[in-house]
Amino acid sequence: MRREALIPQVVQVTDIRRDTPDVKTFRVVDLDGRKPFLHIPGQCAMLSMPGVGEALFSITSSPTNEDYLEFSIKKCGCVTDWLHAIEPGQQVTLRGPYGNGFPVDTDFAGKDLVFVAGGIGLAPLRSVINYVRCYRDRYGTVDIVYGSRSKADLVDYQEILDEWCSEPGISVHLTIDNPQPDWDGHVGFVPNFVKELGFDTGKTVVMCGPPIMIKFTLAGLMEQGFPRDQIYTTLELRMKCGLGRCGRCNIGDKYVCKDGPVFRLDQLDQLPDEY
Amino acid sequence: MKKLPLSQLDALFAAIAEKRRLYIPAGEAGTASFTPWREGLKLTDALNTARSAKDLFFPQVENLADFKVTGKQIQVIENRDPAEPFVLFGVRACDCRSFDILDKVFLCDPVDTYYQARREQGTVVTLACTEPEETCFCTALGIDPTDPAGDVTAWMAEGFLYLRANTARGEELLSSLPLLEEGEKPEQDRSVFEKLPLRDLDWSAFGGERMMERFNAPQWASLAESCLGCGTCTFVCPTCQCYDIKDFNTGGGVKRYRCWDSCMYSDFTLMSAGQPRPTQLERFRQRFMHKLVYYPANHEGEFGCVGCGRCLQKCPISMNIVKVARALGEEAKP
Repeated sequence: MRREALIPQVVQVTDIRRDTPDVKTFRVVDLDGRKPFLHIPGQCAMLSMPGVGEALFSITSSPTNEDYLEFSIKKCGCVTDWLHAIEPGQQVTLRGPYGNGFPVDTDFAGKDLVFVAGGIGLAPLRSVINYVRCYRDRYGTVDIVYGSRSKADLVDYQEILDEWCSEPGISVHLTIDNPQPDWDGHVGFVPNFVKELGFDTGKTVVMCGPPIMIKFTLAGLMEQGFPRDQIYTTLELRMKCGLGRCGRCNIGDKYVCKDGPVFRLDQLDQLPDEY
Repeated sequence: MKKLPLSQLDALFAAIAEKRRLYIPAGEAGTASFTPWREGLKLTDALNTARSAKDLFFPQVENLADFKVTGKQIQVIENRDPAEPFVLFGVRACDCRSFDILDKVFLCDPVDTYYQARREQGTVVTLACTEPEETCFCTALGIDPTDPAGDVTAWMAEGFLYLRANTARGEELLSSLPLLEEGEKPEQDRSVFEKLPLRDLDWSAFGGERMMERFNAPQWASLAESCLGCGTCTFVCPTCQCYDIKDFNTGGGVKRYRCWDSCMYSDFTLMSAGQPRPTQLERFRQRFMHKLVYYPANHEGEFGCVGCGRCLQKCPISMNIVKVARALGEEAKP
């Protein structure tokens, strides 16, 4: 029997970490305790619980992690509500990886990188950031701009503080929407913060976050004179198959599941505005 | 070429059905469908079936897999609907072309093994058209209804059924039928096809190259205005292949099945984060853009329409791909 792409493998959740009030990170291995498959930063996979549903999530862990896959998941629907209620040891099903991923070994090589993330938008970028950290000498400067509603809503806050902030050659710029007593960092929305930081327009920008953040950050970057082919983002639309067949996730003639989810801004310019 | 007196059609069906399941178009016009042949079942008088022949390769509902859930454990149980050898008799040229269009979607890497199994088990016997309807426009899409493709092509003329094998699978079928005699079919009068009202449809405004222009055309608003979003067009369309994957809890386990879905429905693209196609305008546009622009962009200019005319007959508000093609084609003229 030929292998059918729609039939998933059974994997187990070995660890669940609460990141924010509505985000948890799930660690997943196959039934032999190994990483289920190899992937490229930015790729996605279909997680499911039979009887509950199947949904696509970006893989949060870096390919350089050889032991497991991680998914940072915000509670916002049927499947994610169920996932947020499970305990370690629970089995789920998995198929993938899907999509193109970020061009970490080609277009990004040698470039100065600026990561811009908002809220759960850090999930797909964390994979790239940790990949870049692992192969640090292949890239130029690294800036990470990350914002959230509040301090408690910053995903992976501990990893950011303990590892990213203390690493030489990486500048982390955190911001939250409103002031709060235990926060002495920047306060304000991501788009303005990016403007204030005034990055050199020769840098490559990698962005993920809520549509409103992307819209205003882009406007700012355009004002500053960033070329459109130096800006990357990753998209998500509803998907059932992950193979470009179920018909939901197309933007024009491109399917987010297989032609994306990573697009350059100049590529998106060629597509209808329907996302 | 083989032939057989039409008076012996039942004997031919019986001989085919001895070895394989045989489907023939049966029933009255408007509701005719591909039906498993049984003694006494007659070929329909209708030109075509109400639903297309895609059902036989891409059924409306099919099992993907079963799951058994015990505590925290999950077991995947392969449980496919079996694909057994079958013969599909009486497929029209339009529906036969739709298989090529579906093949490009389902047989590219990674191959859809459910669809592939049915394609491998099915022998397609097409039937040439002699009396097209006014809604037919396959000729405007480069299809010859008098000489359809398929594993075997059949013609009915002057009291005989003529059969020509086009593939090894077709040869195999014909050579297994000793009641066939040798014969040559008479020349067919094609004049009726030259009088079809939609024969001159102009598709030059469409194709992969002019995506943004067509997408942003102002005509979509008025074209989509009366669309009810019922999905009938996608249901009867031989090339519509969008699907949903759903789970059904049987009590003792979970069945994961695939079923047809429709881009005409509001929940098709609905996400907890929002709705990229919020009104019927976007959904309506998606369906026609897919067939006339996106599919050609991804498949060397081939359109995702075969001109069967079902959507012209079945749409409750009489909107269809021909009206869309005309409205947008008119706009595209210099």
